[in-house]
Order: sequence, then C-alpha cells, then structure tokens
Amino acid sequence: MSVPTVLVRGGTVIDERGQRRVDVLCSDGTVSAVGESLEVPSGATVLDAGGCFVAPGLVDVHAHLREPGNEDAECIDSGARAAALGGFTAVVAMPNTDPPLDNAAVASEVLALGAGVTCKIAVAGAITVGRAGERLAPMGELADLGVRLFTDDGAGVQDSGVMRRALEYARGLGVTLAEHCQDDGLSHGAAMHEGEWSSRLGVPGSPAEAEELMVARDIALVRLTRGRLHLLHLSSAGSVALLAAAKAEGLAVTGEVTPHHLALTDAELSGYDTVFKVYPPLRTATDVGALRKACVTGTIDAIATDHAPHRPEAKDVPLADAASGMLGLETALAVVLGALTDGDEPLVHATGDEQASRLCARDVVGLLSWRSARIAHMALDQGGDQGGPIAPGNPANLCVFDPTESWLVDPLRMASRSRNTPWAGRKLTGRVRHTICAGEPVVIGSEAQR
Amino acid sequence: MTAHQEALTGEHRGEPGTDTASAAASATTPATARADGARHLLSVSDLGAEGIEEVLRVSDAFVEVSKRVIPKVPALRGKTVVTLFVEESTRTKLSFETAAKRLSADVLSFNATSSSLKKGESLRDTVETIAAMGVDAFVVRHSAAGAPAAVARWVDTCVLNAGDGWHEHPTQALLDCCTIRQVLAERDGRMVAETGVECFKGLRVAIVGDIRHSRVARSNVLAFSALGAQVTLVAPGTLLPPAVEAWPVAGVSHDLDEVLPETDVCYLLRLQAERGVGGFLPSVREYAAAYGLNARRAAALADGALVMHPGPMNRGVEIADEVPDLPLSVILRQVANGVAVRMAVLFMLLGTPRDESPAGALAGLEDAWETGGG
Amino acid sequence: MAERERRLTTPRGGVFVPRVQVLSAEDVARAITRIAHEIVERNHGLSDVVVVGLQTGGVPLARRLAQILEEIQGTAVSSGTLDVAFYRDDIGIRPVLPEAVTSIPEDLAGQLVVLVDDVLFTGRTVRAALNALADYGRARAVQLAVMVDRGHREIPIRPDYVGKNMPTRIDEQVDVSLDGVVLGDVVAR
Repeated sequence: MSVPTVLVRGGTVIDERGQRRVDVLCSDGTVSAVGESLEVPSGATVLDAGGCFVAPGLVDVHAHLREPGNEDAECIDSGARAAALGGFTAVVAMPNTDPPLDNAAVASEVLALGAGVTCKIAVAGAITVGRAGERLAPMGELADLGVRLFTDDGAGVQDSGVMRRALEYARGLGVTLAEHCQDDGLSHGAAMHEGEWSSRLGVPGSPAEAEELMVARDIALVRLTRGRLHLLHLSSAGSVALLAAAKAEGLAVTGEVTPHHLALTDAELSGYDTVFKVYPPLRTATDVGALRKACVTGTIDAIATDHAPHRPEAKDVPLADAASGMLGLETALAVVLGALTDGDEPLVHATGDEQASRLCARDVVGLLSWRSARIAHMALDQGGDQGGPIAPGNPANLCVFDPTESWLVDPLRMASRSRNTPWAGRKLTGRVRHTICAGEPVVIGSEAQR
Repeated sequence: MTAHQEALTGEHRGEPGTDTASAAASATTPATARADGARHLLSVSDLGAEGIEEVLRVSDAFVEVSKRVIPKVPALRGKTVVTLFVEESTRTKLSFETAAKRLSADVLSFNATSSSLKKGESLRDTVETIAAMGVDAFVVRHSAAGAPAAVARWVDTCVLNAGDGWHEHPTQALLDCCTIRQVLAERDGRMVAETGVECFKGLRVAIVGDIRHSRVARSNVLAFSALGAQVTLVAPGTLLPPAVEAWPVAGVSHDLDEVLPETDVCYLLRLQAERGVGGFLPSVREYAAAYGLNARRAAALADGALVMHPGPMNRGVEIADEVPDLPLSVILRQVANGVAVRMAVLFMLLGTPRDESPAGALAGLEDAWETGGG
Repeated sequence: MAERERRLTTPRGGVFVPRVQVLSAEDVARAITRIAHEIVERNHGLSDVVVVGLQTGGVPLARRLAQILEEIQGTAVSSGTLDVAFYRDDIGIRPVLPEAVTSIPEDLAGQLVVLVDDVLFTGRTVRAALNALADYGRARAVQLAVMVDRGHREIPIRPDYVGKNMPTRIDEQVDVSLDGVVLGDVVAR
C-alpha cells in the first residue's frame, strides 16, 4: 500500500534534541523534510498542527490487547485504534493472553495479526511457561522473532531461584526481563490498597510492602546476576526509593509508572466503584507525590498505560469479585500532562524546589515517547523505528497534540471494545489531533481513519 | 463524589427538601436520603447521632407492638420487601422477614444457595429481574463489602444492608444501641420512652475479638462513637484492622484483663473457626485463654456492666458456657429487640414518601390530619 | 415529651399564630366535667368502661376525664393511651412517625371503650384508632369524646360527646389543651 505524502504544518516539534517551530514533511514512510514554512508538494495531505506540539509517536511499553483468548474485551485491531487515538505509534502487547505468549507459535500469530493495524505491535514474551513461575519459557525462540522484553505480567515470579535463573539466561540472550512486583503471600485476596480506606470500607487490602518486597528482591538478584530488569507499574513511594538507590549503585534497573498512579488515590474506591480496582492498587496521596517527583528526577524511565480492557460483566459485580484493570491508551497523554505539568505554563522547565513535581510538556512527552521507546528496545539506535528524533531520513511516526484542548471522556465513544475507564464523564485537557504511523495518517482531526 | 458516596463515607450534606421544614430537618438530621429520592440504609454513618436516636424512638413503639397478642400493624400493607441473602444466615433473615410481616408487608425470599445465582446468572441481572416485578425494598446480605451499594446503583428501590462482608451490619448496631438504652433505663428506674441517648455519653464499651473481619465491629464503632461512648478495641495483633489509628476509638488493647475493670459494656465478637485456624491465630484454645470471657473475667467487669454478643455464640471460645446465663448478659434481649428495630428501619424507609426524609416527619408532622385533630 | 407536643401543634412548614381564645381553662374544665357526667348517664354507670386517650392531644384530656370519672363513681377507672401512626391511611404519602407510647392496659374484649381526642376534624385519626382498637379484642362498644368538633368530615364519623362545636375554615388551626382552646392561622415560616 503506498503511503501518501503528508505535511504537518504550523506545529512545534519537540523531541530529544529540543523544541522548534517547524513544519514536517513525510513521504514514503519517512520524514523527508523539516523546516520553517515548507512548500506544499502537489497531492500532499496537509495536516494543520497550529497550536500543537509535534512529537515522535508515543510508545506504550505495557498494554493488554487481550487477543488471543478474550477478544470480547479487546482485540489487536481495536487496541491499535485506541492506541492511535492516544497518539501511540507502537505498543508492546503483554503475554497474559489465552494461550499465553510463551512460545513462538502464539507470538507469531499475534505479530501477524498486528501487521497492518494502525499502530506497530510488538510482543513481550512470558518469562516462564504458562506464566506459572516454575520453568523458563523458550526465550531464545521468542528472541529470534524479535521479542526483547519478557515478563509474566499479571503475576510476579514468586520463586527467587527461578527469577535468578531467568535473569542469568536473559543476560546471555541480551534481552530484558520486566517484573510485575507482587508478593502473593502479602496480597492474597486483596481488592485495594491496604490502609485507612480499606480499613474503613472493610475490604481486604494489599500493602505497599507487597510490591516493595519483590522490588527489593529483584534488585538484589540483579546485583547477583548482573542482569537487566525493568520494573513494571510502580505504585509506591517505597518502590521508587528502592529504584533510585539501585540506579545510584549503577545496577541496570529501570522503572515505569502508569498515568492512573500519577493521578488517582485509594479514596476513589469510597463508593466501591469497581472501575478503580486495579493492580497494583491506587495508593495514597503521599505515594502519588513520590511517583510524580520520581518522574521529574529521572528515577522513572517511562510512563506506560497498563491498558487493561474488561467487559462490563467482569466489572459489574461486587468489588471483591471484580476484575482488576482500567483502560489507558486513549487518555494517557492528557492525564499525564495534567499530573506532571503546571497546566498554565507547560513550557517552563522544572527548576527549584517549588517546581519539584512539575515538568515541561516536552519532558513529559519524552517519558511517553523516546524514553519509552528505549525501554521497549524500539529506539532508532537499537534497530527500531520509534522515538525519533524528528529529522529527515527517520521513520515517520508522529504524534500531533494540542495541549490546551479540553474534551469530555465518553466511554461509549472510545475505540476500545471495553468501557472501563476511570475518567468516564470527566473533562481532560490535552488531545491528540493527528497520528502518523509509518507515514500513514491513521488519526486526523482526532478521528480514526480506519 | 456523588451524594451516595458522601453518605457512605459519612460526609454529609443536607438533602434539599421540598419545603422549609424538611429542609430544616435535613440540615440537622443527616437523612438516609439519596439525591434522587430513594432511601437506603447502607451504613450507620448514613444516620448520624440524631438518626440513630430517631430509630431508637421508633423502635420503642415497635417493642410495644411486638408484645401484643397480635403483634401486627397494617403500616406497610401493599409494600413488597425482598430478602436477598447471598451469604447464609438463618437468624438475620428470619428477623427481617418477621419484621416485614409484622408490618403487613409482603415478603419475597431469595436465597442464593438454591437459585439462579448458583447457575451463573449475575447478581446484577438477578437484582434487575426482581426489581422489574415491582418491589419496594431489597434487604441485602452478601459476603462482599459494597454489594448493597452496588445494588443501590443498579435499581431504583430502597436498599437495606443486612451485612456486607467485613464492612457493616447497621441494624445490628442499632439493635445493640436499643438494648443498651433499654437496660440502662430500667436499671436506673426510668421509662425507656423518656430516655434519649444521653446514657451513651462517656459509656465505656470494650469490643473484643476479631475486629479486622467484623462488620458488626465496624457498625458498632460508628454508632457508639457517634453517640459519645468511649470505645476500646481488644484483640490479638493479627485481628486488628490495618490503620486502626484512624478509627474513632478511645484506645486499642491486647490485654483483656487490663481493660475489664474499666468496662461498662463488654461486647464479644464471634470467633469464626475458619479464621481461627486460618493462619491468624495459633489455635482457638489460645484465643479462648487470652480473650474468652469466663465467669472470673465477667466478675471483674465494672459494677452494673453488661455483656453482649451478636450471636451465634461459640460457647467455650469467646464466651464461656455459664456466662450467657448470668444476669449481666443481655444477649437474649438483643435478639428480641432485633425484630422491633428492623420494623422501625423498614417503616422509616418505606413508610416515608420518596422525596421526604423520615426525620423531616418529626419537625413537620402536622397537616390537616393532625393539627385539626382526627 | 412536652417539647414534641409543642412542636407538633404547629403545622408543617409554618407557625401557629393564635387569633381568638374560644374557651378558657375553666371552660375546658367544665366541659370535661359535663362530658364525664354524660358518660355515666348514657352508660348507666361505669362498669367495663376503659378511657383511651389518642396521642398526643387526647392524652391529657383523657387523663383528666378518667380522674373525674373516678371522683364521680368512687371506683378506679381503667385508662390507656393509643398512638395510631401505624394505622394511618397516609403512610407513604406523608411522613409519619409514631409520636408516643401506646399502652392499652388489658384485653378490650367486652369492654366499653371511650376514645378521647382533642379535636375532631376529617375523622381519619378516629378511623385509624378504630382499626387499632380492633387488634386489642372485640370491644362491646366504642364511644367518641372530643373537646372540639370543627367540622370538615371526610369519613362518616360522629362524636358521642362534644366539648364545643366550632365551625372553622379549612385553613384555620385549632389548638386545644387543658389551658384552653385557641383558634388561629398557619403562617409560612
């Protein structure tokens, strides 16, 4: 399929190199020109980017696309559309499908389904067979297909011996393991964060220590094995403190945080509304503050959505019985801009203590784009095609967004097959206007093109 | 937060009334009213101190009704009450059904053990199906906290929480308050009807047992503290709730013997056997030795103290065999008051028009009916 | 309890503003005495008579009536109180709460019940009272004594003994106590 020539006009480009008010011309899937007031070639599609930032397409290193096995909730096609509407040009699909992504056959199938959708689909393989935490999955076979991230996400590897072997084996392959840090013993039966709210509501809770124990253990194992580890969806002040210490020590540990953990607390569950049930759970305001600070200081390497679609039947039940997880692809950018920028002055770079929890828009986008791309092994210098910089010759993966546009979140009008978004009925500020994936404008004027 | 959620968290706003009196009443008496008019009793905090006092006064009238030869009044004739008990309970279910029947309401009984829920129909579908038949109230017991709140979101009828997981059991707390007020009034030679809730101020209550997993404890702590009592929680470390410092209690203790002489009401919680040997305690025997109320400990209570238990009792565990028969035990009176209190709550929820708060009735009872006489 | 009575004599949403004192305290006392004699005369004595005051306005009148009957006859007279909240026909239409105690001393089967209320108006309270009394046994007869009959009946109820017949406008208010009878209006608060 031939890709049209697209001119993105009137926006402000932001990427790793900086910020500049230039137009971007894309043809044949790559950026062909970047400059002020570019001429419009004949037959080109012109996309108005006035008042917008033009960034390298966002990369989500952590999303659940539910295919194979739970296509009622989401499939690769609908997930890709949701991703494109959120400004993402690449998504790493998590392996807790049915059957799980623990062998080359299933991985090939998912990669094939992902070819030609409106977003690049990569796959994370499981660490253990069936994600059962006992035997190592055939990581080599999966690495041959291009898989670079392995995780049992949805569960943590409980057995320290197994995790140690996995780290050693992964080191040999040059791939990265990612851990969903959850100690089953401490979090058994939990439906929310253990604290004042769970105590008042009479709901079994999971303390921050259930995550921090495994964070600490895995950091120690990285020290032991000299392996590489990425910590998924960190949710507590204690976890980011451990991560910061590990980095200071020079260990190859990175960490991500979700938009909802930067914006919501356990108080949201006061009405037992299951849309807020998620693992790791929403925690306290102190934890939210610490996570935001960690984004500013660079302790956090990426923001990932942990997009987790669930059918209404799975959520329309009492809290204890409800499935955990929330949608995230279509709202991530707006939520994160709201949580981490100053709103009024998105161009002010964080300086001084008062600004300690604030970033400028470019740095926020970096956490969703070029820094995420690096974690996902998709950056240009890693052999991938994501994360920019936006320069002639580089792949045309762009996210054009208006940081000031307000919009109402309506779950019935989202591209996802599911509706479990915690932002339903709320107004968010920051909206993707156009998304260009491999040179093709898949979203124009905030509308999916296919 | 929605008004509904505000009610659950105890953060009250007065509900807008349709006339000045009910607005005035709402401002002083937190109503169980929801913004759209349907009323619920999901938590003791839906009532507040004035609401609790109101329920107790109305219960007095039903205590009298229950003593009659024909203990029945036509007050809720034509109303349908559904008992939706997803968690087993013979006693509470019977108590609610008796209460509804004594008010001349029709009772539908839905039991999860023998129903479509077992065959896989969702709770929501079940509730909506029943509501479509035209019912006036759901009395819901469920093993999951928040289930009655979910039912209240799904259907447009009154919802009464008969016990949801570890969260609350509001009518239990109300019948416990009713019993305490009754017994203290009698002990002081006063008429119960002349007594308000002053008897609770400064009253020293010890709640003993598995607080962590107890909906009775949560409701009672809210009720007693709202009325001004001093509540002390007594439990082994594993059976205290997390973040207990945030609870509205005067103190927490692991030593029952130390607390007893300063206790006016000793409230014993049932120790569930599954809990006992489910990793929270080394053994039931060790629990009974440290926290069981035996005759010796009962004698160590302050003068005139009461012993209470929500039932059913584990004789020999949290309460020794001989203690329920001692004069200071009011356990049977609790059960007797249960029906009257539940009649009061049903009457207040269903006997009041949808857009009025039941307490609005007190300030504004008059109309052509009353002021002119009959 | 007095607080509640005071609150209860003002209409919902308004305040009672007195206008005319129709009966003084002495007038009320005389009326009760007269009614007491009428009761004795009509029933040829007081055997099996039970005086039941309707909560709350009828109770002090019933108590005084019972006292006078005892003085007349020289024997004790049974009395009780009745709250008709649960028998009202407007439950679910208006807010209803029981105001005070129901205390009927004995099984009423075969007894002659004298129901006492302060004001007879639409007749609905008395009808509810008749329903309630039926639950205490089959009385031999029920007679009705009221201090004021103000008209505007909506149910075919008629009093047997009346302190004063007082035609009123439907929007007027009548306040009755042992201190006297006052006619007034409801003024919105």
